[in-house]
Amino acid sequence: MNPTFGQRLLRWTVLALGYAFLYLPIVLLIVYSFNASRLATVWAGFSTKWYGELLRDRQILEAAWVSLRIAFWTATAATVIGTLGAMVMTRFHRFPGKTMFGALITAPLVMPEVIIGLSILLMLVSVGAAMGIPSKGMVAIWIAHVTLTVSFVTVVVSSRLQELDKSLEEAAMDLGANRLKVFFLITLPIIAPALVSGWLLAFTLSLDDVVIASFVAGPDSTTLPIKVFSSVRLGVSPKINALATLMIMAVSIAAIVGWWLMYREDRRRQLDMQLALQENG
Amino acid sequence: MNARALKRFVPGGRWAVIAVPFLWLLLFFAIPFLIVLKISFSRLAIAMPPYTPIVEYVDKALTLRLNLGNYVALFTDSQYVVAYLSSIKIAAVSTLLCLLIGYPMAYFIARMKPSTRNIALMAVVLPSWISFLLRVYAWVGILDANGILNRALMGLGVIDAPLRILYTPLAAYIGIVYCYLPFMVLPLYANLVKLDLRLLEAAYDLGAKPWQAFLRITLPLSRAGIVAGCMLVMIPAVGEFVIPEMLGGPDTLMIGRVLWGEFFNNRDWPAASAVAIVMLLLLMVPILVFNRYQQKEMEGRLT
Repeated sequence: MNPTFGQRLLRWTVLALGYAFLYLPIVLLIVYSFNASRLATVWAGFSTKWYGELLRDRQILEAAWVSLRIAFWTATAATVIGTLGAMVMTRFHRFPGKTMFGALITAPLVMPEVIIGLSILLMLVSVGAAMGIPSKGMVAIWIAHVTLTVSFVTVVVSSRLQELDKSLEEAAMDLGANRLKVFFLITLPIIAPALVSGWLLAFTLSLDDVVIASFVAGPDSTTLPIKVFSSVRLGVSPKINALATLMIMAVSIAAIVGWWLMYREDRRRQLDMQLALQENG
Repeated sequence: MNARALKRFVPGGRWAVIAVPFLWLLLFFAIPFLIVLKISFSRLAIAMPPYTPIVEYVDKALTLRLNLGNYVALFTDSQYVVAYLSSIKIAAVSTLLCLLIGYPMAYFIARMKPSTRNIALMAVVLPSWISFLLRVYAWVGILDANGILNRALMGLGVIDAPLRILYTPLAAYIGIVYCYLPFMVLPLYANLVKLDLRLLEAAYDLGAKPWQAFLRITLPLSRAGIVAGCMLVMIPAVGEFVIPEMLGGPDTLMIGRVLWGEFFNNRDWPAASAVAIVMLLLLMVPILVFNRYQQKEMEGRLT
C-alpha cells in the first residue's frame, strides 16, 4: 500500500525534527568556534584565534597525547579479546559457565560508569600490588578501558559472525584445514570490516571517557576528557569549541572514508558474483 | 595412554578461546564488585587505603567486623533516599521521552528503501562518535540565559525575559535524551526492519486502518526492541554523572553525583561503596532483563 500524503508529511516531519535535534548542537559548536568573542554565546565576528590558542596550550596537547596512546592500546586489546568473546557467543553453544560468560560480556554495556570506575580502583588498590599493577596511572586507565570496551567489540563482531555463511568454514574443514587455519584464512578476512568498526568504537569510547578515567588517573596521566571536563565545568570556553570542531572534522573524514570503503567492497563483491555466474552459465 | 586419549585432558584451543575474555572480565569486572561489597562494610579511617579491614587476626582471634553504618546512613539520611528516587524518576522520564522520539524515527527509517536507510541510520549513530563530553557541553551554550535559544526566542518576540533552563533539572532531561537517543533508535530499528510486511498487508486486506494495524501488529511485534532500547537508556542514565553535573545545577540530585561526591570530595570510600552496592541492587532486575535479550541477540536466536 502506497503511503498517503498525510503519512508522507508525518514521516518527513518526524525525521526532519529528529535529525535537527541530533545535529543542531553540533553545528552550533562548530559555528561558535570561529567566534571572536570570549563570551561564546555572543557573536562578535569571524576569527580563528581560538584554534591558535588551542594549539599553544601545552597542557591540552599533552593530555591529548596521553589519551591517544591509551585509546590506541585499549582498542587493540579490546579487539582481540572482544573477537574471542564474539566467537564464543556465536559459535560455542554449550559449555559449563555459558550463562555466567554471557552475563559478564553483556553487563558492561549498560553498567553505570561511576560503578565501573569505583570498583576497578578499589580492586587495584586492594590487590593490584600483588599482581604488580599500580592502582593509578596509564596502565590502570588502560585496564579499565579495555574492561569497558570489550563488550562493545563483541556486539559489533558477533553481528557480523552471524551473517557469515557457515558453509565456507565447513567446506574448508572438509578439505582438511584445522580450526585455527580456518579462522585465520577464512573467518578473519570475512569479518575484518567488523574488526575495524569494533576497533574504532573502542578507540572512541576510550578517547571519550571522563568518569572511569577520573577514578584511576594519576598525577601524570591526565587524559584529554579530564582536562576538558575541568575547563568546561565552570561554563563556556571557546578553546574547547575549537577542539570540538577538530574532533568533528576527524570523525566526519573517518566516516566518509569508512562509508566509501564499504561501498567499494560491496560493489566489488557484486561484480565478482556476476562474473562467477557468467562463467558458470 | 595414547596421544588421542591424552588430548582430552589437556586444555585445547576451544578452552583458550573461552578463557581469555572470561578471565579478563572475571578479574576486572566481576571480582571488583566483591571488593566494593567488602569495603562497603568497613569504616572510614585516616590511612591509606582510607578504610578499616573487616577481617582481623589479633591475639589468635579471627574477628570479622561488618560495619552496617554505611547502609544505615543510606536509609536514614533523607539526602540519599531522595537522590535514589530522583535518579530513578529522571532516568524513567528520559527513557520515555527517548522512546517517544526514537520509535517514530526508527519506524520511518526502517520503512525507507534499503539503499537510503543505511545512510539514514548512520546519520543517527554518527553524533555518538563525536565526544560525548563535547556534545553535552554544546548544550551549555544553547541553554544559557544569554544562550542561543534565549536569544532566538527573544529575537522572535516569543518571550520578554530569558528562560532559566541551564542548571535546572529540565536541562538535565534535555542532555540525557540527546545523548541516549541513538541507543534507543538502534535496537528499535534492528527490530522494525525485520518486520514481515506481509502481516501488515494482510491486516489492510482485512480492512484494518493504518493505526489499527500499527497498534495490533507492529507495536506488539516490536516489544523486544522496545525493551532493549529502554534498558540501554535507563540503566546507565540512573547512574549518570556528567550530564547532571554539567547541565543540571545543584537542584538536580542524582545518585551518580552523590557517589562521586562521597569518593572525591569526602574521600569516604566505604560510603561510596555502599552507594554503589545499593545502586547495583536497584538495577539488578533491569540488567538481567537486558542480559537475556542481548545474549539471544548475539547468539542469533532473536526472531
